[in-house]
Amino acid sequence: MTIAGHRTASGEASPVTAVSIGVPRRTLVHTKIDVRAVGKTFQVRGADRPFTALEGVDLAVHEGEFLTLVGPSGCGKSTLLDLIGGLTAPSGGEILIDGRPVTGPGLDRGVVFQQYALFPWRTALANIEFGLEAKDVPRRERRALARHYIELVGLAGFEQRYPHELSGGMRQRIAIARSLAFDPDVLLMDEPFAALDAQTRESLQEELLRIWEKTGKTIVFITHGIDEAVYLGRRVAVMTSRPGRIKKVIEVAFGSREGDLRADPRFGEYRHEIWTLLRDEVAAAQEQERTLG
Amino acid sequence: MADTLATPTGHRPRTGAASGADVTSVPGPASGPAIPATATTAAAGPVTPAREGARRGWRAAGARAALWLRRSLALALLAAAWELLPRTGAVDRVFVPPLSEVLTAWYDLLADGRLLEHFQASLVRSLAGFGLAIVLAIPLGLAIGWYRPVADFLSPVLELFRNTSAVALLPVFILIFGLGEPSKIIFVLYACAWPILLNTIGGVRTVEPLLIKSARSMGLGSLRLFRKVILPAAVPTVFTGIRLAGAYSILVLLFAEMVGAKAGLGYLIQDAQFSFRIPEMYAGIITISVLGLLFNLLLVSVERRFSTWRTSS
Repeated sequence: MTIAGHRTASGEASPVTAVSIGVPRRTLVHTKIDVRAVGKTFQVRGADRPFTALEGVDLAVHEGEFLTLVGPSGCGKSTLLDLIGGLTAPSGGEILIDGRPVTGPGLDRGVVFQQYALFPWRTALANIEFGLEAKDVPRRERRALARHYIELVGLAGFEQRYPHELSGGMRQRIAIARSLAFDPDVLLMDEPFAALDAQTRESLQEELLRIWEKTGKTIVFITHGIDEAVYLGRRVAVMTSRPGRIKKVIEVAFGSREGDLRADPRFGEYRHEIWTLLRDEVAAAQEQERTLG
Repeated sequence: MADTLATPTGHRPRTGAASGADVTSVPGPASGPAIPATATTAAAGPVTPAREGARRGWRAAGARAALWLRRSLALALLAAAWELLPRTGAVDRVFVPPLSEVLTAWYDLLADGRLLEHFQASLVRSLAGFGLAIVLAIPLGLAIGWYRPVADFLSPVLELFRNTSAVALLPVFILIFGLGEPSKIIFVLYACAWPILLNTIGGVRTVEPLLIKSARSMGLGSLRLFRKVILPAAVPTVFTGIRLAGAYSILVLLFAEMVGAKAGLGYLIQDAQFSFRIPEMYAGIITISVLGLLFNLLLVSVERRFSTWRTSS
C-alpha cells in the first residue's frame, strides 16, 4: 500500500503533494502539516549528553484529515505535538503548515490537552471566549460564537458554570469548544480522553467524529489506546520508542462506517497490525527505562 | 472530586462544626429524582430547605440554633467564669474585676466619647498603613514574581529585611519620622507589606504551568498572558496575604501605641494600667479583640467574593 503524502528523502519543498494512489475518492491531496526530518533534543540537568526525544521524524498530514498518533510511552508524541503547536522549536529539521514554516504558536492551530487546561476563574462560556479575545473578536460576536460552540458540544445550559462545577467529560467538551471557537484549521489533541471513564470516552469519540465531519478540521490526535486510534483515525501513525520516529503510517479503510465499527472484522485486523508494530517498541521502551534506572 | 459532578460549593465550610450543619440541611434521598448536585450550586445552603417546605425549614432552623448554641457555649462559660471567679474571691478582683464591671467601664468610655476618639485614632492608623501596604506591595510582588531580573536584583535586600522584625525597626521609624502619625503608619505599613508581598510573589510563581501553556498555544503575548492568566490565577493567594496583613495591622499598631502615643486603643490600655483604672484596661482589650475579629470577617467575605471559582477541595 502506498502511504499517501509520505515524502521521500529527496522530496521537493512543494506544499501540494499530489498523491492519488490509495486514497479513495480523492484526486488531489493538499498537505496541511509537513514534518520534515524533525529532531528534538533537551539538555538534562546533571547529564553530560543531551536527551534525544525525537530524531528524523517525517510525517505529512493532509488537509481535513483525522490522523491518530500512537507510540510507546516516552516516545516523544507530546513533544511532536508541542513542536507542531509552535510551543517549542525543533533542534533539527522543519515543520511547515500550508508550506510556511512554524515559528511559534498561533490561532491557526488549536491545542486540546489531556488535563483540560480550563481557566478555573472563568465560566464555561468565558473559557470558550478566551481564544476569541486573543483574536480581538468584538464582545457581542464573541458571545454569540461561544454560545454556538457550547451548543455544538452539547452543553447548552451550562454556560455559567465554573470548571470545578463540571464533570471531567464536560470539562473536556468545553476545552474542545474553546479550541474550535477561534476557528483554527488544525486541531492538535494530546490524549484528550485518557483521563475519562470508558463510557464518557466513547460518547466523546463519537461526538468528535461528528464535529470533525461537520467542520472539516485537520486533526492530529495522540493516544495510547490502539482501539481509539483505529476508531478515530483515517490514518494511524505508529511511532518507535525513544528517540521517536514514525515507524509506519497505516491507512484505516472501512467499507462503511455505519453501525458498530468495533465489531467489524477489519477493525480487529487493523488493531492487530498496530499492536504487532507497537509490541517490539514497547519492549524496547521498557528496556530503556530499566537501563536508565 | 475532579471527575465527578461537583457537590454544592461556593460556601467553603470554615470549621468542622459548620460542615456538620450543612449535612443536616441537605435534602435526603426522598427529595425526588436525582437532580445533579450542581443544579443548586449557585445557591447552595439556605435555598434548599426553603424549597423543601416549611417543616424542613423549621428543622434546619432548629439545627442552626443548636449549632449556634454549641459554638457560643465556650464563650458563655468564659464570661461566667470571668464574672464569678473574682466575685467568689478565687482571683483577686483588683487585678481581674468581674466582667460586669468591665462592661460598665466600657459603656462609660463609650458614653463620654473617649472610646470613639481612641478607636478612631487606631482605625485611621491601621487602615492607612494597611492600605499603603496593599498599594505598594502588590505591584512590587507582581514585578518580582514575573520578571526574573527584578527578582534577582531585589531578593537579597528583601531577604535581609524580611528577617528584620518590624518591632526592631520601630525606634528607627520614630527617629526618622518623629513620634507623630507618620512613624506609626510606616510601622504598620512595614509589618503589613510582608505577607502581601510574599503571597503575591508566590501566587504569580505558582500558576499552573498547563494554563500558561494553554494560553501560549493560543498565541498570547507576554503582556496579555500576564493580564489574562497570571493575574487572575494569583488573586486568591494575594488575598490570603491581604487577610494576614489585616490581622497584623491591628496587632502591631497596638504595640506602637503603647510605646509612644497620646491616643489610640493601645494608649488607652497602657494609660489605664498605669493609672490603675483596671476595668478600663480590660474594656480597651475587649474593644481591640472585637475590632480584629470584625476586620478579619470583613476580609474573609471580600476574599470569598473574589474566589468563588476556587474548588472546595
